Amino acid sequence: MFGYYLDLALRSLRRNQILTALMVLAIGLGIGASMTMMTVLHVMSADPIPDRSGQLFYPHLDPTPLDRRKNALAPDPTDNMTWPDAMALLAAHRGTRQAAMSGGNLVAHPEKVSANPFTIDGRYTTADFFAMFRLRFVAGHAWTATDDTARSRVVVLSEALSRTLFGTDDSAGRMVQLGEHTFRVIGVTAPWAPQPMFYADAAAHKFGESDQFFLPLATAVDLKLDTSGNVSSWKKFSGDLTASSVTWLQFWVQLDKPDQVAAYRRFLFDYSAQQKALGVYERPADSARLDSLRERLVTLHLVPDDLRLQSWLALGFLMVCMVNIVALLLAKFLRRSGEVSVRRALGAQRRDIFVQFGVESALIGLVGGGLGLLLAQLGLWGIRRRPDEYAQLAQMDTAMLLSTFALAVVASVLAGLLPAWRACHIAPALQLKTL
Amino acid sequence: MEIRPILASLRKHRIPATLIVLEIALACAVLCNAVFMIGQRVASIHWSNAIDEQGISVVTVNGADPKLAASDIPRNLAALRGIAGVTAVAAATSMPLDQNPALSPFVTKPDANTTVNSSVYFIGSDGERAMGLRLLQGRWFNADEYAGSGFKNFASTGHVALVTQSDANRLWPRQSALGKTLYSNSASWTVVGVVADVLAQDPKFSGPGGMYSSVFYPLQPDGVMGDYVLRSAPQDRERVEREAVQVLGKLQQGAVVEGKTYAGMRSDYFADTTSMVWMLVLVCVVMLAVTAFGIVGLTSFWVQQRRRQIGIRRAVGATRGHILSYFRTENFLLSTAGVLAGMALAFGINLYLMEHYEMSRMPWYYLPGSAIALWLLGQLAVFGPALRAAAVPPVVATRSV
Repeated sequence: MFGYYLDLALRSLRRNQILTALMVLAIGLGIGASMTMMTVLHVMSADPIPDRSGQLFYPHLDPTPLDRRKNALAPDPTDNMTWPDAMALLAAHRGTRQAAMSGGNLVAHPEKVSANPFTIDGRYTTADFFAMFRLRFVAGHAWTATDDTARSRVVVLSEALSRTLFGTDDSAGRMVQLGEHTFRVIGVTAPWAPQPMFYADAAAHKFGESDQFFLPLATAVDLKLDTSGNVSSWKKFSGDLTASSVTWLQFWVQLDKPDQVAAYRRFLFDYSAQQKALGVYERPADSARLDSLRERLVTLHLVPDDLRLQSWLALGFLMVCMVNIVALLLAKFLRRSGEVSVRRALGAQRRDIFVQFGVESALIGLVGGGLGLLLAQLGLWGIRRRPDEYAQLAQMDTAMLLSTFALAVVASVLAGLLPAWRACHIAPALQLKTL
Repeated sequence: MEIRPILASLRKHRIPATLIVLEIALACAVLCNAVFMIGQRVASIHWSNAIDEQGISVVTVNGADPKLAASDIPRNLAALRGIAGVTAVAAATSMPLDQNPALSPFVTKPDANTTVNSSVYFIGSDGERAMGLRLLQGRWFNADEYAGSGFKNFASTGHVALVTQSDANRLWPRQSALGKTLYSNSASWTVVGVVADVLAQDPKFSGPGGMYSSVFYPLQPDGVMGDYVLRSAPQDRERVEREAVQVLGKLQQGAVVEGKTYAGMRSDYFADTTSMVWMLVLVCVVMLAVTAFGIVGLTSFWVQQRRRQIGIRRAVGATRGHILSYFRTENFLLSTAGVLAGMALAFGINLYLMEHYEMSRMPWYYLPGSAIALWLLGQLAVFGPALRAAAVPPVVATRSV
């Protein structure tokens, strides 16, 4: 029976080509627009580090004075950590791994004198960073905790930067001039660019190019290298980043088991209480908290408001298209009242009519879905050409590809419900009389 | 035109009538809000900025040795002045819309607090002429002030500052700002002049309060100055920018030198806004087209269904004009219902967006504006099917009754 209905549907669609084209176009446009936006949202809310995301946590401490007023426009100073707090948490070593970090920006000088220097973004961090975030090395190795305390002048380069500077992946052991100082290359990492860059400062860009170099944090502080990201101070700022009134560091900790998480939370409260007892903190111990990676991503506000608005708009547009299809299908089905009545008079049940029209709607949905897929690819191509930092990510994966068709068929079958229901309630006798 | 028969016939076709109303309502609601968003964004692209945007080029030097700045900067400025067509040159720490905000809170009493983030600009000698600032009150910095002001702990060691008109009005309402003392983080400066409103370094980041809140300080040649601002006639700016990059590239070996015209900086800053505007326009146009097709489709169906009734009306004396105006009035009634529901829906959506996004209240005229647009669209869409209805010959009435 299904094959027969399919044949009937095809014949009917072919009979009124303009109407069919209008419906396919409407569903295609609606699906194309919403799938474009959904794909963008999908890639932006993807898990940045799938094999580790459950074990990464972001501790929050609040060393700000009680009289600090909240400013909705300015970034939250407690989002980052002060140097003394970060060093204390590092030394306590309560997690499996932990690292403090900050963004950095330096001028790189290529080995060849004729080549122009250029600016690069990277990270000042501590030894555990590489193992905790699972960076792979193509040459050399990471620095150790000893290098951190010794403030060694070593650097880890990304493969791409190593190639630009030295023309080779294996630059371990070579010397490189960054800014006004010279560093020894200790390792070269394989390409690593989690999207979004969850570990960076909330004000930093979250999509696109990742870090090109890694330097020991203590070395960077020692040499007063330029940091990037938000620096908040609630006392007169002298430029000293190690002051206890300046927050600027991100701190991540790896906790493997649930009891470890609970223990770390207790440890944060205890630390906070102890700081209060010492007179360093003014706020109560429970102002400290431990965010999971998921919670941290929410704080980072990854999806810009503009994009959310566009998604609402796309959904609104899909609604308009669906109402449009309902109207057109209704016109189409009711126009065939005579045909329906003949079928009913020959013994077809209401259910049969309903299924017949359901198949026809689904067929429109399938063709519309194909068109929608094309339009969505066109839309994503358009988005990739936009200047926003997330633009390059806008690619469709298999899951989104299949859901495009699913959404198109579901939407058109839903749109076909009311018209099909109306059509199967046509009184056959009345219609047959007028034939 | 008698509307009672139209209403009677609509009552008989409740579902298609409701569908048209619903479609128009949805289209009206989405259109209102989309057009409002377009309007807001277009307005932001045209934010005024009281500097000579058309004539300025900016060359940024990154990575020069700050210890040599005292000798490097005057040398560089002298070299840049030699470029043909350059009327003024100065060094500065940052420029409006350069997306590199240096913000400070400014207040009128030593311990007061504010949530407004003001953009801080340090300009070198002749900076006011190079940027093309417009003085409204007071005076510019004099040579002594330029030479005697330094930069320490992210603040000026000098004693004078220029403020924008918006800040002068905000900080000292109904008073002259000249000679008043400006405080920030317990340091203070005397206001010597008020300039026309200059945009913040990143107005979207600074928010509405900080958009035109800018403070200018004089600064002697100092390593924090990475921007060289060149002013020329608008038609020379591309050439001036190119030559300036070459000149500085030669003088500052080992530093990163990048040039841009200010017009380019401005369009870079608003590039994502511009692309959003085009996207919104595209969605609106396509949505209106889809709505129009829906109306055409349904009305055609109606016309076909009522061929016989139309024929009877024609046979008993109705003219073509009557039939035409019947369908047009019917569409007008449906559009009116749709538009009314749509305006309510649009208002509701606006309230929702205001609560959850940074969206302001929609001015009332957007509602009747989109209402008229949809009325016109409805009339346009119904015209074709109505003409076909009017062409139904009276003889149809006599067939197959």
